[in-house]
Amino acid sequence: MNTSADQLKKIEAQEYDDLVNQTKPKPTVLKNCIWAFVIGGLICTLGQIILNFFMGQGLSKLDAGSATSVVMIFLAALFTGLGWYDVLGKHAGAGSIVPITGFANAIVASAMEYKREGYIFGVGARIFSVAGPTLVFGFAIAVVIGLIKVVFS
Amino acid sequence: MANQKKLGSQTIMFENPPVLTAWATIVGPKEGEGPWGSDFDWVMEDYEFGEESWEKAETKLLRETIKLAVSKKNYSPQDIELLVSGDLLNQITSSSFAARELQIPFLGMYGACSTMAESLLTAAMAIDGGYFERTVAAVSSHYYTAERQFRFPAEQGTQRSISSQWTVTGAGAVVLEKGIYGGPRLTCATIGKIIDMGQKDANNMGSAMAPAAADTIKTHLNDTDRSPDYYDLIVTGDLGKVGSALVKQLFIKNGVVPEPNYSDCGVLIFNDNQDTHAGGSGCGCCAAMLCGPLLKKMVQGKIARLLLVATGALMSPTTSFQGESIPGIAHAVALENL
Repeated sequence: MNTSADQLKKIEAQEYDDLVNQTKPKPTVLKNCIWAFVIGGLICTLGQIILNFFMGQGLSKLDAGSATSVVMIFLAALFTGLGWYDVLGKHAGAGSIVPITGFANAIVASAMEYKREGYIFGVGARIFSVAGPTLVFGFAIAVVIGLIKVVFS
Repeated sequence: MANQKKLGSQTIMFENPPVLTAWATIVGPKEGEGPWGSDFDWVMEDYEFGEESWEKAETKLLRETIKLAVSKKNYSPQDIELLVSGDLLNQITSSSFAARELQIPFLGMYGACSTMAESLLTAAMAIDGGYFERTVAAVSSHYYTAERQFRFPAEQGTQRSISSQWTVTGAGAVVLEKGIYGGPRLTCATIGKIIDMGQKDANNMGSAMAPAAADTIKTHLNDTDRSPDYYDLIVTGDLGKVGSALVKQLFIKNGVVPEPNYSDCGVLIFNDNQDTHAGGSGCGCCAAMLCGPLLKKMVQGKIARLLLVATGALMSPTTSFQGESIPGIAHAVALENL
């Protein structure tokens, strides 16, 4: 008795889920992809221009790469502070999240948001509330790759 | 049986229906730019409202709305015997902090976005029960306080889901008094059951709440033995575009079709070009629509009978992350010009 009632509920939930999927608007995947490609490409092009500039000034490729990251992170932080990056992100989606600028945005946006709860329990404790998973799994993968390298070389 | 106070399974019928003698609403800038801008009492110039945090701004928003409603009848807050109020924040702090300054005996409510109807029916029961003569029901919500609690930091460059709704910045307050005055009366109310159809997407709350709205409307009409066209308007709280499309399908399934008398505050409150995606949400959504355009139309006589069905999605970020489905609820209150 109880199991058949459960079964009925499950079927009902499934039917409703189908109805929801029919009704809700489809995400505009193609449009999003084009936006992400264009904006993400522009951000990377800007990075390349800055990299070429630093290399032209005589920095080694490694140093020029580091300097470029510093500039890109600074620009993203500045634009976040000015309230522009979220407007960009609204259209660009992954295009502005995936590059290093997206990482800077996630950290600065959290810092701005939680400043009112103070520097320790606000900014300090919650600055990585959005970017944290990237760090955790980035570090974890780095350790795994490092181990693989040690074992196989 | 004369004077039966409970009808059917879930509906309460007020013996002496309390009168809505005064009401007020203050809304945020975006709501002010919407189609009903001139129907609200006050439109905030910015989201800070002269305060240093959004939470303080929401407290002030609620407090000033209550004061404004009370002042319309030349009362002071001390004349109010009971304040029934709620909001969306953890521990409903906007309400209790507003009540701290108003010094009115206070009952806090949480029904997520259904709180306006929950507060109204509780405040009305307190009057019809003979305990109080003058109560206030109020709610508030604020886009930025809700965003930071339920979603992302404000400056985070994320893409909102196409089915997501925009939390309304706004507060509404209604003064209810014993039925010796003229005005719209709260004649009956249906207390909703939690309906959970297994929906889990917190970016699509309309879908989670639509079955609850359909169930409460069906139960209300059954309990009161009324047909949908008894009401000039049946309006749900904040199902938004997705939820209201779904609820219409459920109406057909249930065999009660209130169209064309049916609408939804979440769909009504913003213009299509305001980029809210699926419409408005939040306690303030149906509160602002009720205390702004809807009650105005009742006073003008354009609406004589209104059924407000406020809908709530009773999840938290924690339960969503733990993979729980979203329990939906809807409470209905019937307002009538008698």
